[in-house]
Amino acid sequence: MNALRQLEKSAVLNTSIALLIPLIVLAGLVELSGDLLLERIVTVMFIHLILVTGLQIFMGNSGIVSFAHIGFMGIGAYATVLFSLDPEVKAMTLRHLYEFLKPVHLPFWGALLIGTGIGTVVAAIISYPLMRLHDAAAVITSFAVLVVIHDIIVHWSEVTNGPRTLFGVERETFLWNASLCAMVGLVFAVWFRESKAGMQLRASRDDRMAAQAVGVNMLAVRWLGFVLMCGYAAFAGGLFAHFITSFQPGQFYLAEVFVVLAMLVIGGPGSVSGAVVGTVLVTLLREGLRAGEAQMNLMQLFGGQVVGLTEFLLAISMIAILILRPGGLMQGRELRLPLGSVTAARRPL
Amino acid sequence: MGNVGAILQFTIDVLSLGSLYALMALGLVIIYGILRLVNFAYGELIMVAGYTLFLLHPTPLPWLIMGLLAVSVSVATAYLTERIAFRPVREQSLTAMLITSFAVSTMLQNAAMLFVSPRAKVVPLPELFTVQLTIAERIVPLRNLIAIGVSVALLALFALLLKRTILGIALRAAADRFTMTRMLGIPANLIIGTAFAISGLLAGTVALFWFGRTGSVTPEIGLWPLLVAFVSTVIGGMRSLLGAVVGGYVLALIQMAFSNFLPPALLEFRVAFVFTLVIFILLFRPEGLIRER
Repeated sequence: MNALRQLEKSAVLNTSIALLIPLIVLAGLVELSGDLLLERIVTVMFIHLILVTGLQIFMGNSGIVSFAHIGFMGIGAYATVLFSLDPEVKAMTLRHLYEFLKPVHLPFWGALLIGTGIGTVVAAIISYPLMRLHDAAAVITSFAVLVVIHDIIVHWSEVTNGPRTLFGVERETFLWNASLCAMVGLVFAVWFRESKAGMQLRASRDDRMAAQAVGVNMLAVRWLGFVLMCGYAAFAGGLFAHFITSFQPGQFYLAEVFVVLAMLVIGGPGSVSGAVVGTVLVTLLREGLRAGEAQMNLMQLFGGQVVGLTEFLLAISMIAILILRPGGLMQGRELRLPLGSVTAARRPL
Repeated sequence: MGNVGAILQFTIDVLSLGSLYALMALGLVIIYGILRLVNFAYGELIMVAGYTLFLLHPTPLPWLIMGLLAVSVSVATAYLTERIAFRPVREQSLTAMLITSFAVSTMLQNAAMLFVSPRAKVVPLPELFTVQLTIAERIVPLRNLIAIGVSVALLALFALLLKRTILGIALRAAADRFTMTRMLGIPANLIIGTAFAISGLLAGTVALFWFGRTGSVTPEIGLWPLLVAFVSTVIGGMRSLLGAVVGGYVLALIQMAFSNFLPPALLEFRVAFVFTLVIFILLFRPEGLIRER
């Protein structure tokens, strides 16, 4: 009983457990089912969950919309692959690679850490001066950062194979490791939201002037949030690269920004629970619609290929949520374990 | 003589491209000035004009009518997006409006994919657009001169509207102090609706010449004009209408100078250069090149 009381008092622990239990059950059931298609879908969902959680850390707590993180997902993907790719494959897929990188061959986890590190360090260096901007200027700069990163990825053929597909990456990301990483990231995000820096960041979101007046170093906490988000994104990029095994720069651009943003907005950016709910729901919606699209194409219902229906309806649902339920489905609240009935009787007034 | 010709050609290139950029920037800034909304769905106004032209291609209508219809579709789209998507979220927050505009942009792009085609479609162009003139031994496409003429006329008309009509004065007042303007009895919906319609008119007009350059329309065609409008407004200062126009011409000058003088190895990264410039302007001179007041 004491342990339960403790659990109810600790918001971080409580919410973490409330979020983890259904995710563990889901991952376990899918793993047990042995269904390969289902496993792929849920693995992608967990990779998305890392991206959405990262976006929640910055956007949810600071109130600033960001586009840049998907650029850092791209940096993470390419940087990881640069270190994990087999030298023989490199000779084929990256023919103009710099000499000193040609023999480099690290195990997956080492490469993933380095890739994440590169993304995080780049983010840390370029983002500090940007943190004093807000509103339109902040949005346009984060958009500009995305465009710049995309342009560099597309044209730096030596390390990225240019706009063409980079292929030959080993499949290293599976359901078990993707879900594990996503859950660790989730718990950290829940903790961060309640931590001192997280609360300061939320204070600066609710009232910039008042927060600074009581001594919040807004630039520093925003910067911390931004760098964390980019770290999450770079990590997710590395995982994604080793899941999909061949990819091109276009996969780290506006379409991906839209999906990740839709997940967070539909779930509700104000809480980590919102990130989880949004990711799960949008994944369900997308996969359902995509299956429907495939079925329609098979049946030749409209005489041609049905393309874009999924994103079209997703965009409409996102607009509907923004109009009807602006805080997202979770309205900024965190999920809690339903312990009230157990402990209520013993709670002192 | 060769030198004069080169300078003349460069000037016409800059002016014709700059005129289109200026109109684009103006359409973006007129909405930003009133609503503080960075409208991500702005590029799609160009796209819908392109698809209208494509769909009208088989009809026997003269091109001028097709062009007018295309511009009207841009205006209608701009107005309808405001009516259906932006108006309900207007009272919430800037962030909500911004995300809505991004969603509207994605929705329109995918609607084009879904209902027309994901592949590039040929846009009909008037005979006039293919005429090449020879001035000072240089070949100059006539459509560039038309673009300059039409843009300057439109800019002049727009300036007249803002300066001389009650609607124009109300628009300027709203861009300056929106709340105060509403208190003085100017209906907000009228002003915002008009602003969106004007932005559709500008985008639709640009579209006609834009497709004169590209010749075909794709669902993603709006991205580049959108980026152009962003950069131009940032160069000119986000709040100034005059600044937006100047920003458009400056961007065209930068772009033309880059493609003429930058070595090919660096030319590849010109987009990265331009957007790095944008970041620096926003950081160090957020009011842009033109300081008002």
